[in-house]
Amino acid sequence: MALELIEITKRAGADTHIHPTSLVLPQGSFNVLLGTTLSGKTTLMQIMAGIQPPTSGRIRFNGRDVTHVAVQKRNVSMVYQQFINYPNFTVYDNIASPLKVAGMSKAEIDRRVMAAADLLRLRPMLKRRPSELSGGQQQRTAIARSIVKDSDLILLDEPLANLDYKLREELRDELPRLFAGRNAIVVYATTEPVEALLFGGNTATLHEGRVTQFGPTSSVYREPKDLTSAQVFSDPPINMTPVEKRGSQLQVFGGKTWPAGAAARGLNDGSYILAIRPHHVTPLPPEASTGELEGRVLVTELSGSESVIHLDVGGTTWVSQSHGIHPFEVGAHARLHVDIDRGLFFAANGERVS
Amino acid sequence: MNKTFNNKAWWLVLPVFLMVAFNALVPLMTVVNYSIQETFGNNEFFWSGTTWFEQILHDGEFHASLKRQLVFTGLILLIEVPLGLAIALCMPRQGPWVSVCLVLVALPLLVPWNVVGSMWNIMALPDIGLLGKGINALGIPFNYTRQPISAWFTVVLMDVWHWTSLVLLLCYAGLVAIPDAYYQAAKVDGARPWAVFRYIQLPKLKHVLTIAILLRFMDSFMIYTEVIVLTGGGPGSTTKFLSIDLVQKALGGFDLGPAAAFSIVYFLIILFLSWLFYTLMMREEAK
Repeated sequence: MALELIEITKRAGADTHIHPTSLVLPQGSFNVLLGTTLSGKTTLMQIMAGIQPPTSGRIRFNGRDVTHVAVQKRNVSMVYQQFINYPNFTVYDNIASPLKVAGMSKAEIDRRVMAAADLLRLRPMLKRRPSELSGGQQQRTAIARSIVKDSDLILLDEPLANLDYKLREELRDELPRLFAGRNAIVVYATTEPVEALLFGGNTATLHEGRVTQFGPTSSVYREPKDLTSAQVFSDPPINMTPVEKRGSQLQVFGGKTWPAGAAARGLNDGSYILAIRPHHVTPLPPEASTGELEGRVLVTELSGSESVIHLDVGGTTWVSQSHGIHPFEVGAHARLHVDIDRGLFFAANGERVS
Repeated sequence: MNKTFNNKAWWLVLPVFLMVAFNALVPLMTVVNYSIQETFGNNEFFWSGTTWFEQILHDGEFHASLKRQLVFTGLILLIEVPLGLAIALCMPRQGPWVSVCLVLVALPLLVPWNVVGSMWNIMALPDIGLLGKGINALGIPFNYTRQPISAWFTVVLMDVWHWTSLVLLLCYAGLVAIPDAYYQAAKVDGARPWAVFRYIQLPKLKHVLTIAILLRFMDSFMIYTEVIVLTGGGPGSTTKFLSIDLVQKALGGFDLGPAAAFSIVYFLIILFLSWLFYTLMMREEAK
């Protein structure tokens, strides 16, 4: 039982929206499509749902070819970034709408609507219309509508993007629980790496219409296959620098040398790209092999528990993210430490080598 | 006592007061002035109380033109609103044809009102006009200067030609503003086109339609130029609408008193009906 995309492509005129893509999403799985805006997340979801047909390739559901089966015959539900509900229906009727179309009995509809309303804490709002609800409640209604009918495939296209911070946090916590224990395949598109990490499950990183990597979220995060996947799955942006490995040393910018560290031990001498996640660049030296960074502080962002420091090192910006409050003066000279053991090494073509 | 508020703020609202005074209150008060007094020139006025109002409200001619006006406006709304909405639904929402369509439908709105009147006047002439001659050629007797039905047909057709575009453009703007995701969501639900119209497009167009109906109501209720050029209110007085009646009373008969009372009653009718329309259409919202 699974949804299989086999060599799917999507072209519109001369533009290619989706390059050949193959994915297998097993039943009951939670899958995150992670990528920037215009990376093809929405197009890919619409192809999965059957709203748009692919230009080439096949889609199979439970072994059956559904490539040209219309969306309404596929038992799919969708939640969008905008809060989409029937404007003149009450919350109750909105949640009930897919069941009514399916021609279910009144008692069964009532039972299911109430169950969904309870899950999404919409009981007190059932008689209201969408225009009388807050954004969070409107989106809860839309989510309730998507889970009420036992769909085989539930697609969520950046459902939290239009909510304010507090509501987003709240729904982020609730979402995985809502879908746990259902047999549906859930696909969740987002631009935010933190959401992928929170939800677990599987993650596909998307970049310019290509799925660069797909697998269990933690392994995609820890073991990016290539530079693009690492870049997509990093917020703040991952730090990158060209390095030249010579024996146990790395030649970096401006004639500086860093120790090669554990990660580069097996590599032949030569040129590589070293990528370091911002939380491996810290004000305090880590225990193992460290490289030093010296430069001018451009920006510091302090939140209650962490500091983000942007450092200008000879024209390139390095970002450091660390626990605790580290007050750096903007414009001042600062020294940061790079945990080279945790570095990711990529060949010149972007492929990960260590 | 200490006066703590600052009267300088009045200077800031003064311009608005002056503007409202000059464009609404002063002209209106002049009319009110005439409606409750009798004058024989020489700037001499005599108090006449509600005489003119009573006269107008009992005037058979006024009743007849009010009835004609209500029928005309009712017809206009019944034709133009559904027609404008229907065409708006058929218009492409993207692609190269959008601008072509928009320019084409906007053209009638750019024609000056008296030109619209003379255009249709010439076009509907039974002997040389394209429309008039065409209808006669079909075997249907048509002569808008003689037959009331022909005259009404031409006047209504002219107004539909002139103003449906306004309803259309408003509806089109409303339709374009509906996010694509709504249509997709409807598709996912398996909603049929009628359901999409009834449960998504119509509710989303509610405000736009309210504005369109109000504008068309007010404008058609005040129609003057096109009709005076086309039929002059005739044949007989079969197309004499309220404003034509009013002008004949005020300028033709120089009955300033009754004409002023007429104006105020006319104004109040429009105000009342607009309020009624608006309240009825917005009632849902308040619930």
